[in-house]
Amino acid sequence: MKPITKRYEVLGDDFTHAGEASGKVKSMLRQLGYNSDAIRRVAIAMYEGEINMVIHANGGYAEVSVYPDRVEVLLSDTGPGIKDIELAMKEGYSTAPDEVRALGFGAGMGLSNIQKYTDDMRIESQVGVGTNMYMTILAQRPE
Amino acid sequence: MLIREVMQILNADVIWGEDFNIEIHTACGSDMMSDALAFVKDQGMLLTGLLNPQAVRTAEMLDMRCIVFVRGKVPGQDVIDLAKDCGIVLLSTKERMFTACGKLYKAGLGGGCELQ
Repeated sequence: MKPITKRYEVLGDDFTHAGEASGKVKSMLRQLGYNSDAIRRVAIAMYEGEINMVIHANGGYAEVSVYPDRVEVLLSDTGPGIKDIELAMKEGYSTAPDEVRALGFGAGMGLSNIQKYTDDMRIESQVGVGTNMYMTILAQRPE
Repeated sequence: MLIREVMQILNADVIWGEDFNIEIHTACGSDMMSDALAFVKDQGMLLTGLLNPQAVRTAEMLDMRCIVFVRGKVPGQDVIDLAKDCGIVLLSTKERMFTACGKLYKAGLGGGCELQ
């Protein structure tokens, strides 16, 4: 079945509007009648990803494909890339500057939160080229 | 606990809100939004000292119904407008974070997270 696919630009260095794309996706899924647990998991995972793109990568874009049984999200940026993905995934590890912490982020929880709320997550990153993060959220999580 | 009960317990002022009879089941107190995002419960409330739009965005992603700003803080108009769009009640209390959380907890509002 052909998915409903939407693309959203995520502006870099624009902390005020960070999260707008996730908010729009949330509204769209609500209109499509997705269950509230899946909607929340998509929204949180995508929001954390969006914040990461704003903090670290000077923005990028998000592509969201909605299938009846799952939502697939690609977050793509042309930022500095992640040198050590395993280390970046570690809860509490962060390279965010202090001014980001003053804004309520940069506690090193973003990627682990994304992992927690998605059913599949994959990061492809090349230093100096950029990062693609793929997430899949199932409409119904297996028991 | 109803939002209007929260207002009484914390002697809180309304920054914006329409319906104060919404039932709140759990609350979370944090200035770190990723910590709040690690917490998912229905009908929650966020207590924070963070005044930027991300406090509202975080509450929006979590389906929270109310944000209480502690230490008498009041956010800017952009934050208030965003809360209106999201239908999230904004309150301000002069209590500090620890005291505000303690008063609500004592009155029966839990965190909703059992230690694993």
